[in-house]
Parts: sequence; C-alpha cells; structure tokens
Amino acid sequence: MESKQRLLEPQLVQTGRADQFSRKVFCDGMRDGVPIALGYFAVSFSLGIAARKAGFTPFQGFLVSLLNNASAGEYAAFALIMANATYFEVAVITLIANARYLLMSCALAQRFAPETPFWHRLLIGYDVTDELFGITIARPGNLNPYYTYGAILLAAPAWACGTALGIIAGNLLPLRVVSALSVALYGMFLAIIIPPARKDRIVAVLVVISFALSFLCSYLPGISALSEGTRTILLTVAISGAAAVLFPVRQEENEDDA
Amino acid sequence: MTHNNYIYIAVMALVSYAIRILPLTLIRKPIKNRFIQSFLYYVPYVTLAVMTFPAIIQATQSPAAGAVALVVGIAAAWFGASLFQVAAGCCAVVFVLEFFI
Repeated sequence: MESKQRLLEPQLVQTGRADQFSRKVFCDGMRDGVPIALGYFAVSFSLGIAARKAGFTPFQGFLVSLLNNASAGEYAAFALIMANATYFEVAVITLIANARYLLMSCALAQRFAPETPFWHRLLIGYDVTDELFGITIARPGNLNPYYTYGAILLAAPAWACGTALGIIAGNLLPLRVVSALSVALYGMFLAIIIPPARKDRIVAVLVVISFALSFLCSYLPGISALSEGTRTILLTVAISGAAAVLFPVRQEENEDDA
Repeated sequence: MTHNNYIYIAVMALVSYAIRILPLTLIRKPIKNRFIQSFLYYVPYVTLAVMTFPAIIQATQSPAAGAVALVVGIAAAWFGASLFQVAAGCCAVVFVLEFFI
C-alpha cells in the first residue's frame, strides 16, 4: 500500500504542463542514462567488430549508430551487407529487426500531454530503444521529454563512439579478446528477451522454438544457403505470424489502461 | 554490383526513423486489429531469439565457449541482471574459457 501511495504521488502533485524544462528532470534523465550508456558502450563495441567485417570505416560506423540507435537492426543489416545485399533487402531487415520500436512509439504516443509542442515527438522518436523506452514509460504521469533527452544525451554518443572504437580496435586487439567481445551483443539480446519470457510462458516457448528453428535452418540444405539476414526475416515472419494466429494477445494488454 | 556504404546508411536510417516517428506523429490511435497487435507483440522476441542462436556459438573461436556464454547469459537475465551485467558476463565467460579450450 505504502509503495503504491508513493508511486502515485508525483502524478497527483503534478500541476500545469508536463513538458516544462526543469534542471532536476533533465538531471534525473542523465542519472538514469549512465548505466544505459555504459551498457551501450560495451555492446556497440562488438557491433563495431561486425561493422568492420561488412567493410565500414570507423566514421561510417559512427554515422550508422548515431542515425539508427538500433542493436539488432544494425547488426542484421551488417550481416546482409557482408553478403553484398541489395538496398531493398537492407530496408526489409531494418524494418523487421526494428519493428518492436513501432510498438514502443505507439505506447509513448499515448503518454504525451496534448499541449506538448509537436517537435518533441520528432526528437523523442530519434532514440526510442528498448532501454530508453523502458525508463521513459516507467515514469508516472505525462511524459516530460526533457527527462528522456537527459538520458539520450549520454546514451546516443556512447552507442556511436563505441561502434567506431569497435571498428578501430577490431584490427588492433588480439583475436581472443575480439572473440570474447563479440558475444556482448548477444548478451544484450538475452537481457531484452529473457525477463519477459520469465513472465509470459508463451513468449518463453516462442524463444525456445525460435532457437531451435534458427539452429535447424542454419544447417538444413537449401535454407542454409540463404543469407543469415534472409533467414532471420523468414523465420520471424513465420513464427510470429503463427503465434499471432494461435495465441492472440488479450485486447486489454496494449490498450490505454486509463 | 557494388554498393555504396553511404546509401546503405541512408536506407537504414530512413527506415529506423520512420518506424519510430510514424506512431508518434501520424498514427496516434492505438492499433485495433488483433492479429497485427499480436504479431507486433511477438516479433521482437522471435527476431532477437533467431538472431542469438546459433549465431552466438559461431561468433566465438570455440563453439563451446559461445554455448556456455549463452547459458550464463540466459541465467543472468532470468535472475534480473542488468543489460550491462549480462553483456559483460557473457564476454567474461568466453574470455576465461578460451584460455582452456
């Protein structure tokens, strides 16, 4: 009861507009952005190793990460580009691997106070990621964009610089270190999918099925000849489509609970 | 045919930004279609799972080290470790194991 009271309090106290700049809100965002930036820096380093294999220079890698802010999306695109993919294929894999941000943006759109100036939507949309979405949506009441800006200010440069450094260091570091660092990205993926799998048994089953089918497809003759990126697209659409038909999510779940 | 990296970057950036910005600007209403809603709900978990395995055991020099990193990563995330802890833990496991394998 007590904790619930405390959670609700800021909402009750909140008077006037939610989108006002305040140094405290901005600093709160920066404080919560520190651990995220740290994680991004480590993970983007291993992303840089993949970018180097795809033939990207440190500056190009910096640019990719600065403009995309997407772990799986960038990685999948690099894997395709390695195989000399068409621009269309790269667009499709980016769409699939980043589809979850569409959902997150939908949820964020509901939390903007109606009077918030439009340009805040364009800026917030720049860096909707699993982690930044997580801390933004966890705050009670209407969204104060300056909180998220504080976190972005640390997270986005860490992500971009880490990628560039990964490309540079991929050449310099011993093979063993590169080998160890290259699993950081997969660690990040696990940190995203495992906690929801623990809460939702259907998600857990889907994760196991995805592991199994992905493994099978990488060895099956015929399918294994397709590039990694193409297999990811096909498997994602097939498995998620089947799951959506068999286990539709309950309508209330994604709706405004106000 | 050779491709230009800067066009690749532009394509990626455009798609990534469009995905995030459309729901915030044009489509402001929640998605009502139950199939699309469910599909979008499952997509992230499936994509990331498909991308993780077996890629993680192919990324390391020794597949066994990658496999152990996968198990450790799943366990750490299950018990609530943060993004940084899970990622660093996986790296440490591979680094140490490849001393011996």
